[in-house]
Amino acid sequence: MFMEAIGESTVSGLAYLGNLAGLTFGSARAILIDPFRGRKLRLSRAIHQAMTIGVEAIPIVSLISFFVGTILALQGAYQLRKLGAMQLIAAAVAIIVTRELGPLMTAIIVIGRSGSAFAAEIGTMKVNEELDALETMALDPVHFLVAPKFLAMAFMMPCLTIWADFVGVCGGGSFGVLFAGFTWGRYFQATLQSLVLRDIITGLIKSVLFGFVITAVGCQEGLSAKLSPEEVGRATTSAVVKSIFLVIAVDLIFTALFYFTAPQ
Amino acid sequence: MTPTAPSSNSGPPDPDIAISVRNLRVNYGDREILHGINFNVRTGETMVILGGSGSGKSTLLRALAGLERPVGGEIWIRGRNFITMSERERDKLRMKMGMSFQSGALFGSMTVGENVALPLQENTNLDPSTIEIMVRLKLDQVGLSGFENYIPAQLSGGMKKRAAIARALAMDPEILFFDEPSAGLDPIIAAGIDELILKLKNTFQISMLVVTHELASAFLIADRMILIDKGNIAINGTPAELRASANARVRQFLDRVPEPEVDDEIDYLQMLTGETPPPRR
Repeated sequence: MFMEAIGESTVSGLAYLGNLAGLTFGSARAILIDPFRGRKLRLSRAIHQAMTIGVEAIPIVSLISFFVGTILALQGAYQLRKLGAMQLIAAAVAIIVTRELGPLMTAIIVIGRSGSAFAAEIGTMKVNEELDALETMALDPVHFLVAPKFLAMAFMMPCLTIWADFVGVCGGGSFGVLFAGFTWGRYFQATLQSLVLRDIITGLIKSVLFGFVITAVGCQEGLSAKLSPEEVGRATTSAVVKSIFLVIAVDLIFTALFYFTAPQ
Repeated sequence: MTPTAPSSNSGPPDPDIAISVRNLRVNYGDREILHGINFNVRTGETMVILGGSGSGKSTLLRALAGLERPVGGEIWIRGRNFITMSERERDKLRMKMGMSFQSGALFGSMTVGENVALPLQENTNLDPSTIEIMVRLKLDQVGLSGFENYIPAQLSGGMKKRAAIARALAMDPEILFFDEPSAGLDPIIAAGIDELILKLKNTFQISMLVVTHELASAFLIADRMILIDKGNIAINGTPAELRASANARVRQFLDRVPEPEVDDEIDYLQMLTGETPPPRR
């Protein structure tokens, strides 16, 4: 009985991942191949999505990243002052923010703002028969609705992450300047000296992958919502929970991959 | 055999048949909803599908529009097998079909004009100014001139239905499907929708399939009628043939006789679905 339950969960989990992959590849085809076969991709929809996902998220990303940067500096200082190494705060904050917390915190905010919105939007369209209407007009919902979201996410996640990295460093800097004897100039100089391009690039690669996970899960939950308003609510909650889990799982896999492939 | 009963041969139907349905079976999960439906719709004909709630009439319409995948049978549309054709061919054929949904199914984030323009923008290479003119024309045809910039939430129920019909007409379809066009509307607005359907029929000679349970509307617009009962066709005939029918189920439907009281819940389920319930444990 127990083994049967494990088997069923594994099969349904793999089927779910298969659906996410199908949605991702369907969108990749709509973005990269279909325009050359005469099927236009609506760039205006992608730009509209990019504004919602990216530009409108800047205030909350800024605020949270600043706080996280400050918290990191505080926590770092708690240990480093015992060692008399307060000058390492800038390096510690910079590396943790660019490699890990910048992309991760951005992803969590985007899940809350956009992943849930994707599920709610598509789920509501399904309840209102709008997805059926698209099909009767010979319009593929993946091409029309999902692909522009993937395109917008692929551009906006790295942009938001770079911004979150910068603001996070500033958050750490505010502590460094006020309580650790840094000037802003020395803090940024120490930050730049401690960072290598690989730190920033691995963070940005992860941010793009997180964006794909968030889009695929949000859209999949909306597309598979059942036909009642309660189900749209359930799909939205499910999108948030599954996205957070999968983003952290992807983070673990790629962080391990980057670690083991890093030059010694 | 009625003049529009499908031929028993496989292969394409006569050229003047717009839609031919042969032994169509559709399931929801394990439950069979349509148990082998057969009928033809001639070019320019308005076929009304009548039936009670849960009879399978909307499922039939969804299968014809390609929204449900049948488990058996054939659907021929304009001489081509709609089920076995490739997705690309099906999309091409869909451009010649329009569907008006019960809820309207207008895109809530777009204006009425954008809703009507959408199929033209996505499926044609027409320039924006031509599309704008066509949108105005289609809205004029359904009596919604000047409502291009309204969003669906600002429209009344009847106006939403009209806007949905304008969108269905956008690609100049040869076949139109209507799902409960007058459901939820007051009698005056519903009569306006009936008049619009008649106008489209007389002006454009479009083959139309209308699912409804509104008897007055049905008899007004139909050339032929089908009554679906528990997933089967109870009768297929002209409005006069339906009125004269002695079929018990037809009489019950037309004379609005309620179902007998059923105390046992399993008998009640059987009455609704027409299926034999599983034995009690």
